[in-house]
Amino acid sequence: MTDRTTKEAFLAAFAERDRRGFADDPSWLREARRAAIDRFAETGLPTTHDEDWKYTSLAPLVATPLDLATEGTGEIPAEEALVSLAAGSSSWSRLVFVNGRHVPKLSTIRPLAPGGRVGSLAEALITDEETVRAYLTAARDKGEGAFGALNAAFWPDGAFLRVPAGVSLEEPIQVLFVATASPRPHAQHPRSLIVLERESRAVLVETYIALGGGTYLTNASTQLVLGPDAALDHHKIVQEGGPAIHVGRTQARQERGTRLASCSLAFGGRLIRNDVDVLLAAEGAECMLSGLFVIGGRQHMDNHTVMDHAQPRATSRQLYKGVLDGRARGVFNGRVIVRPGANGTDAHQTNKNLILSEGVEVDSKPQLEIFADDVKCSHGAADGQVAEDAIFYLKSRGLDEVVARTLLTHGFASEVLSGLRVDSVRSWCEDLLRGRLRGGRVAEEAP
Amino acid sequence: MLSIRKLHAGVAGKEILHGIDLEVRAGEVHAVMGPNGSGKSTLAQVLAGHPGYLVTAGEVLYEGRNLLEMPPEQRAREGIFMAFQYPVEIPGVANAEFLKAAVNAVREHRGLEELDAVEFLVVLKEKMKLVDMDPAFMSRSLNEGFSGGEKKRNEILQLALLEPRLAVLDETDSGLDIDALRTVAAGVNRLRRPDNAMILVTHYQRLLNYVTPDRVHVLSNGRIVRSGDQALAQELEARGYEWLEATPEALPR
Repeated sequence: MTDRTTKEAFLAAFAERDRRGFADDPSWLREARRAAIDRFAETGLPTTHDEDWKYTSLAPLVATPLDLATEGTGEIPAEEALVSLAAGSSSWSRLVFVNGRHVPKLSTIRPLAPGGRVGSLAEALITDEETVRAYLTAARDKGEGAFGALNAAFWPDGAFLRVPAGVSLEEPIQVLFVATASPRPHAQHPRSLIVLERESRAVLVETYIALGGGTYLTNASTQLVLGPDAALDHHKIVQEGGPAIHVGRTQARQERGTRLASCSLAFGGRLIRNDVDVLLAAEGAECMLSGLFVIGGRQHMDNHTVMDHAQPRATSRQLYKGVLDGRARGVFNGRVIVRPGANGTDAHQTNKNLILSEGVEVDSKPQLEIFADDVKCSHGAADGQVAEDAIFYLKSRGLDEVVARTLLTHGFASEVLSGLRVDSVRSWCEDLLRGRLRGGRVAEEAP
Repeated sequence: MLSIRKLHAGVAGKEILHGIDLEVRAGEVHAVMGPNGSGKSTLAQVLAGHPGYLVTAGEVLYEGRNLLEMPPEQRAREGIFMAFQYPVEIPGVANAEFLKAAVNAVREHRGLEELDAVEFLVVLKEKMKLVDMDPAFMSRSLNEGFSGGEKKRNEILQLALLEPRLAVLDETDSGLDIDALRTVAAGVNRLRRPDNAMILVTHYQRLLNYVTPDRVHVLSNGRIVRSGDQALAQELEARGYEWLEATPEALPR
């Protein structure tokens, strides 16, 4: 296939779906889907000539003949198969989607306070149509890119969470997107909408995993909306299958006094592109973005962040780290915008990569666009190898080379995890990391 | 326990030690003194097995075996410990986690059962008292952000935990205020036993006010130029290293 034929395939699949699959949607949504596919039709898939995709080639996607007619089909796994993939605690609520479709019998929903809801977005179209409509139409399509438009056109389902004003959810909510083996490469376009009303709090764990081999595309979109003084701890964990391609965008809007901590961990997938786009829309908002990827073989990871300081006295912190082995390639592009009048902005960004092999390549690009006064804005970047003096220190205490390298590599990576505030989530992520880093190296195949 | 014979060694193609001979027996404490650049730290690094230092001639026998053939981790497990002059900061590795891994690596080699988390904690608490260390340092990253004194205490804590047969303290007294020096020295004295030995590498005599050595050696330009007892250290303190430069002939040991 070529760029053009891939584009044509998406357009044809949409036309077909629009005729039949989307017939039950409310008319505003059908309109929105059509508007989105038109945006996609205008641009087509990005190429490395596009600034935002300069270091990330979509060749693996273009080379894959996707079967776009069968989205949402495929085998439903047994519950036991999910247990080891899901997070540790049974007290968490769990929403399970298989190949983009909600599977209620695999999901466990703990009761929420009155007025709150946790469930599937497709279901919410019926139960909470006005809310869903209000937020989906308010989603920013500027900067969504071709994949954002495709998601807006195709999404069949995803998570919906609404936390009522003043309610604190103690236990995390896990959303599990499972891709199962299918005879032909398929695509899934999950879309999630997370709404925290004023002064509410929640913890969200969004996980992408594979059961069975095979190539597929995940094109995910998650919209986070934080009302005044709300606080959200968001975790996105990408453990896609070995040959899978994951393109995902997290879009957040923060009102006055909000606190968002969003951490993305990426371990599995042939090509992972993770966009995080935050609008600090009111005074005093705080956002902490972090990311850790651990990749080897020929894996490719591209983190793109946009931190938009639109109003005064907001704070943002970004810490992105990568561990790369084999012939892996890592990209970081962190754009910070300080709008006119956003005085008192405090923004900091750090990108560090640990390089375990000579075949690795890393591109890191900060982009600071400052149009206000009295602003604290900084960035730091460093790429390096495991320090030999540290190896010797550990060996001189009786630890062998492998143990020493494992400790140091884990130590490098764990800085990101140590920032996670929810103990149960952090210890689960620690386990995932340990599983990925064996002998201080990154295994060729994703777990 | 340790026999160093005609040892020549250097770094980056430059010879620094030009034939060192030293004999250390169980139960002894030796001080190796010398001005900057005399080769003191090179000697310590060579004994610990730093890969950057190359031995060009001579031999080192540890309990009758060729020490120079052993990789650094094996030396540690066989009972050699070097307290670093500049302990390395290791972010993200909790001090306690590292100490437990080190203790168990050494125990395993000695045919002892690994300590579990609870057993280790008991041992750790006891040893921490020895160096008067704040328990808060256990959950912090190894040496990261530690002051000079805290780093040196942490080295002596490791010495106490690993119970080596031969300890080499590389300028452990440098950068310490008088209180920290006393604490560190008290720890060293309590770890002195008839079946182990220590080599104190130091620029100044002041550590030797607290830890009395059996032998004192003076290193100059990569050679041991004088050996004696505590009195030699005191004489050096009074007369300075220039005194030796003026009378370079080595006295018989």
